[in-house]
Amino acid sequence: MNELLALIVAKYNFWLYIVLMMIGLYAMIAKNNLMKKLVGMNIFQTAIILFYVSIGYKHGATLPIIQGGHGPHDAVIHAADYINPLPHVLMLTAIVVSVATFGVAMALCVKIYQKYQTLEEDELRIRLSEK
Amino acid sequence: MKLLGFVVICLTGGLLIYGTMDLPNWGDPASPASTHLSDYYIENIVEETQVPNLVTAVLADYRGYDTMFETAVVFCAGLACFLLLRDFRPGKNRYYRHIPTGVMLHFKNPDTRMIPGNEFEHMDKDWVPSDIIIKTVCRILIPFIQIYALYVVAHGDFSPGGGFQGGVIFGSSLILMAISYNLRTLMKRVTEKFLSIFAATGVLIYVGLGVLAMIMGGQFLDYGMLAPLVPWDPGHIRALGMLGVEIGVGIAVMAVMVIIYVNIVSEGRHDEGL
Repeated sequence: MNELLALIVAKYNFWLYIVLMMIGLYAMIAKNNLMKKLVGMNIFQTAIILFYVSIGYKHGATLPIIQGGHGPHDAVIHAADYINPLPHVLMLTAIVVSVATFGVAMALCVKIYQKYQTLEEDELRIRLSEK
Repeated sequence: MKLLGFVVICLTGGLLIYGTMDLPNWGDPASPASTHLSDYYIENIVEETQVPNLVTAVLADYRGYDTMFETAVVFCAGLACFLLLRDFRPGKNRYYRHIPTGVMLHFKNPDTRMIPGNEFEHMDKDWVPSDIIIKTVCRILIPFIQIYALYVVAHGDFSPGGGFQGGVIFGSSLILMAISYNLRTLMKRVTEKFLSIFAATGVLIYVGLGVLAMIMGGQFLDYGMLAPLVPWDPGHIRALGMLGVEIGVGIAVMAVMVIIYVNIVSEGRHDEGL
């Protein structure tokens, strides 16, 4: 029983992110509306961002800004005192890419709506086969 | 399709959860991600670059190429939105309100050379009386949001912040103006030309600093080579180089956010929108 509890405490955040990721994937597969698919894509990206940020965490460490780092500093910096900055950097760029892709995808949706007056996938397929 | 999708995500999710058994425990200081490179960054960045905010230092210096092309991606997204949506044809309908009497005038196929006098106000089709509380609060808030955005960009080396965050905050203050007043109020203050030039300038500042380092005899984006240009503070040259790069990123991100917003809400017409 204690082993199971320790396992849950050690891994539950990964499981939550996987649930979130699967919600996004389900929306991308099963939803009929293109905007809902886009929202699913954003949920998926958010899950990955959370996953990376949680990888960077260390117990007993603080955020990666060196205390007293500006000005003269003699204190020895211990790596165990600060969390890993690399996942934060990678996710900072990933967030910007997700905004950019979302903007372009919305622009495409606006174009599709202007041409076919619908964003439902099945109706779009009918309109396309009519042509 | 729904059932099939559900089966697929159950299978994928199950496999991924099974895969987490091999991942290191949450917050384990000895996990592979938190050892080799991370330790080097934490222990040496302040000595090498004089920048206490490790995220900014890794973003703008150690991974400078990545961030440069990131900015280029953001610029390309703004360009794509512009090329997909921008519509230069004049609108079919135009609405004016005669301010003293409150009469609405509807013009079909208006002449583009038509100039309304001071007594007329260009209106949206679905006009609702603007709420004075919202307008006043936004008018007071917007300058403070912009000052905060500039602080986030300028202080990104020492505290949480940086070009991307500051640029997004600045862009959102402009979008708030479009939401609280209307789109034309925003476009009168920040024209399309201004936004396009700023988006390109931001990327050019970044690339320009890299090229400048090459001209000074170093490698691309090697800020240490810029030291002769700032004789008063050569010790902090890497921090200053990062600040310059972050300013470029902030300008580009600010302009592109507004370009994307304006083109999507008005379907590229820039006359009326959300």
